[in-house]
Amino acid sequence: MAEPTIRTLRSPLGRVRGLGSAKGGTHHWWMQRVTSIALLPLTIWLIFSLARMPDSTWQEATAWIGRPFNAVLLLAFLAAAFHHAANGLQEVIEDYVRGEMARVGTLLAVKGVCALLWIASTLAVLRIAI
Amino acid sequence: MSKITDAREAVMVGRRSDGTLVRRPLSPHLQAYDMMQMTSALSITHRITGTVWSIGLVFLVWWLCAAAAGESAFNAVQWVLGSFLGVIGLMGLTAAAWYHTLAGIRHLYWDSGRGYDLPTTYLTGRAVLIGTAALTALTWLIMLITWI
Repeated sequence: MAEPTIRTLRSPLGRVRGLGSAKGGTHHWWMQRVTSIALLPLTIWLIFSLARMPDSTWQEATAWIGRPFNAVLLLAFLAAAFHHAANGLQEVIEDYVRGEMARVGTLLAVKGVCALLWIASTLAVLRIAI
Repeated sequence: MSKITDAREAVMVGRRSDGTLVRRPLSPHLQAYDMMQMTSALSITHRITGTVWSIGLVFLVWWLCAAAAGESAFNAVQWVLGSFLGVIGLMGLTAAAWYHTLAGIRHLYWDSGRGYDLPTTYLTGRAVLIGTAALTALTWLIMLITWI
């Protein structure tokens, strides 16, 4: 391993503060918990609902998605799931992707993909339900 | 002024009491700890299943968008998901989703400040594994009964 070096005159504490959380340090952690609690009943509902419709026709599937109860829960699931997935993947990327440019680039790409998938799936549910 | 290439440099280099620099060890230290203990194995599995479930969401989006697009697009996605590879993939995804859900409950339990002692950690860890197997089997039993 390379010899440890500090290439700045600023103290470690000052550097950490300068790079730190801007008073929002627990927001990411807390939202991950909030969405996980929301996803708990929604995921159980979704998995068991989908397990009961493996051979459904297009008519049956769209009728199921279009029912207001199912549509509301699907929209809630998609919102919570993509928020949770984007935040969780962010944590994994920040831990394992080295180099500032690669890390920020991967983060922006993953967040963008999550946002687009969320909008697309939400639009699909709304189009069927309305 | 020097450019910081990696933000973690700020916390990974420290000073000894004589002022010389020392590189702090990373945690978990891959050479010092056996990563195949249940604690660390379940921890990394939570991350892996979370990532797998995130990728699995793409299939849900595809299914919903195909349903909105029309009957032929929906039949195509149903054919892919019902194929041999599709069924194998969905089986894995079901297990990953149940594992991540149950391990998530374990994390929320830890967040309440409980269950940190080793016997409880092993107990809840085993409960997550048994629960994953049971719920995955139950999900696929329901699916097979509906299918046949």
